[in-house]
Amino acid sequence: MRVGLFVTCVNDTLYPHTGRAAITLLERLGVHVDFPAEQSCCGQPLFNSGYRHRTEPLLRRYATAFRDHDYIVTPSGSCAAMVRDNYPRIAAKAAAEGRDAVVPRAVTEAAARTYELTEFLIDILGVTDVGAYYPHTVTYHPTCHGLRMLGLGDRPRRLLEHVEGLELRELPGAEECCGFGGTFAVKNPAVSAAMGADKARAVTATGAGAVCTVDNSCLLHLGGILAREGSPVRPVHIAEILAGTKDDPAPPLPAPGTTRTARTGGAR
Amino acid sequence: MTGTYLGMPSFPRAAETSTRDVRLRANLRRATGTIRAKRDRAVAELDDWARLRAAGAAVKDRTLRHLDHYLVQLEESVTRAGGTVHWAADAAEANRIVTGLVLATGEREVVKVKSMATQETGLNGALAAAGIRAYETDLAELIVQLGGDLPSHILVPAIHRNRSEIRDIFRSRMADWGLPAPEGLTDSPADLAEAARLHLREKFLRAKVAVSGANFAVAETGTLVVVESEGNGRMCLTLPETLISVVGIEKVVPTWQDLEIFLQLLPRSSTAERMNPYTSMWTGTTDGDGPRTFHLVLLDNGRTDTLADTIGRRALRCIRCSACLNVCPVYERAGGHAYGSPYPGPIGAVLTPQLRGLASPLEESLPFASTLCGACFEACPVAIDIPEILVHLRERVVEGGPVTVRGTRTVIKPAKRHGTERAVMRAASWAFDHPRALRRGQRLLARTRGLHPRRLPGPGRTWSDSRDLPDIPPESFRDWWDRTRGGTGRAGGTS
Repeated sequence: MRVGLFVTCVNDTLYPHTGRAAITLLERLGVHVDFPAEQSCCGQPLFNSGYRHRTEPLLRRYATAFRDHDYIVTPSGSCAAMVRDNYPRIAAKAAAEGRDAVVPRAVTEAAARTYELTEFLIDILGVTDVGAYYPHTVTYHPTCHGLRMLGLGDRPRRLLEHVEGLELRELPGAEECCGFGGTFAVKNPAVSAAMGADKARAVTATGAGAVCTVDNSCLLHLGGILAREGSPVRPVHIAEILAGTKDDPAPPLPAPGTTRTARTGGAR
Repeated sequence: MTGTYLGMPSFPRAAETSTRDVRLRANLRRATGTIRAKRDRAVAELDDWARLRAAGAAVKDRTLRHLDHYLVQLEESVTRAGGTVHWAADAAEANRIVTGLVLATGEREVVKVKSMATQETGLNGALAAAGIRAYETDLAELIVQLGGDLPSHILVPAIHRNRSEIRDIFRSRMADWGLPAPEGLTDSPADLAEAARLHLREKFLRAKVAVSGANFAVAETGTLVVVESEGNGRMCLTLPETLISVVGIEKVVPTWQDLEIFLQLLPRSSTAERMNPYTSMWTGTTDGDGPRTFHLVLLDNGRTDTLADTIGRRALRCIRCSACLNVCPVYERAGGHAYGSPYPGPIGAVLTPQLRGLASPLEESLPFASTLCGACFEACPVAIDIPEILVHLRERVVEGGPVTVRGTRTVIKPAKRHGTERAVMRAASWAFDHPRALRRGQRLLARTRGLHPRRLPGPGRTWSDSRDLPDIPPESFRDWWDRTRGGTGRAGGTS
């Protein structure tokens, strides 16, 4: 089984520890993972802003980079949804408009082999107990694209429920959007901030030590608001929770008031 | 807020003010939260909801594809049943027709059934200009009219008002429009309803002309259908001598059998009821029963142009249930007025720019008034993929492209205001397609990370005004991979 990690541009640049956690986790479960260096961004920021044509080279790049992999696994619900839902449509449109450089068949095949991390764990590997240890209280926010476009359902929760030491706290209004929305966050800052503040308030009220999602892009926004408000709740990607074990625990939660990458150890 | 949509600011600018309105936010949170929960229960009762939804979408799509046929059939049926059919290409023509019809009766006042089409055309203003007073009889529309306000929700136009605000409006304004509010009016729902009942009853009994819209128009028989909860519609549709109905051309359904689908989908989606209290259906005129004269004004006003867009046209499936508004987190924060149209919320964000064209900064901003969270698509009883249409319209705004304006195919230019963004996107697309350049950028970012400000200047402030920036890690994932795995990960590498 050849498995390629599609790390995503946000994780590559801002949250490399999430990519590393995904590698640690998958290798612990006996999966060999490689990382094709030609990979790049899925193109979602361009596509969702209306620049469909500009995403076409990225579709071609994705299909080529992962052409030999049986499975493409990504620690991002949103990027997986972009690939699975939108790539086939974009490729079909490009072909219909006479641009044949984007080969619909190759793109559609690559899209069908793409799995969000928790989907891959449960649907392909068939595991819900990944042997993880995480001695913290956690609340789970199901991000919109994972929830509604991918239909992840309770997969992430089932994985979290099997983590030793983890206490899951219910998040009221969990299925409501956090207000990130990519460029929405800067094009409609007032509404985005209002939605984010409401979500942050709900997260903080759970009393959990960490808020977990399958998407770092949402956590970039939500974590930024939590930090600005001085909330004690830390944002953490599910891969990092699932990667920790008793022998090799996840790094401790950082002190309140610091943003999350501080705990990766690099001097600031 | 005054009663006009002219010169409304763009969505983000309007929302900047409305999101700070604490009372508005509280009113909307309470109202939409309540109806969301009720709707979930009403929909869950039907085990064939998904199939009903698919059937509703299919009937609408097929009807829209053959709209020319069904509209002519509707005209023939209505005419045969004793009604008169008028065709209005745009809002001005519809208003002109209705005004002329009212003036011809010699009457100077009309009672109105709640109607989205006449909100869209601004009929009340046109009637007022001709010396005709139009009385809204739906409770929420009455509140909006008395308050000199604009509707902010499709189903509950006064959703932005709470009980005490309504009491104050009744007390101060009812006397200007007819029967004053009773002495000592409280803000209890029963008292407020009674005050409205007394105020309106006088008008129902006096009016000779009524104006309505319709939820459906059945082509095979020429039957019009109004679905409502309060009974004011039934009064208006049966008591006056003349009835004028203004109906969007997309409201036609081929047969009575098709109504079976929509009369299940609509009440459960809109008011969370199994069946709405009043469903009025009429076919032309009937001697000795109801209005003696019936006029049907079929309104285009951008619908044919919308129909020419194979993706955008799906918005014309809409049955105006407002489920998408009730589940929309953006609508809940920004409020309905920010959408600058009688069609607020997600459906408004796709309908308004198509019906009006990308005519001003407001229409250009509406496709961006969404996080694309998908809650609207999930709730829509006719399965309109609103996020897909939003992204499609964003492309029209930023890149231009083919559109149809008053029946003529034309190509619009990219919106000027997106020039800088276009350049950034072009650069981003290039960088993403050149990972080595991207890597150089990442390294530069990491090397300078001690120098990054905590708050961004310029346009970046819209991010950092409310959110801390993430710390930049010392090493990107790709660099870590290369350092620890020796760059074995090129495609075709070991697995």
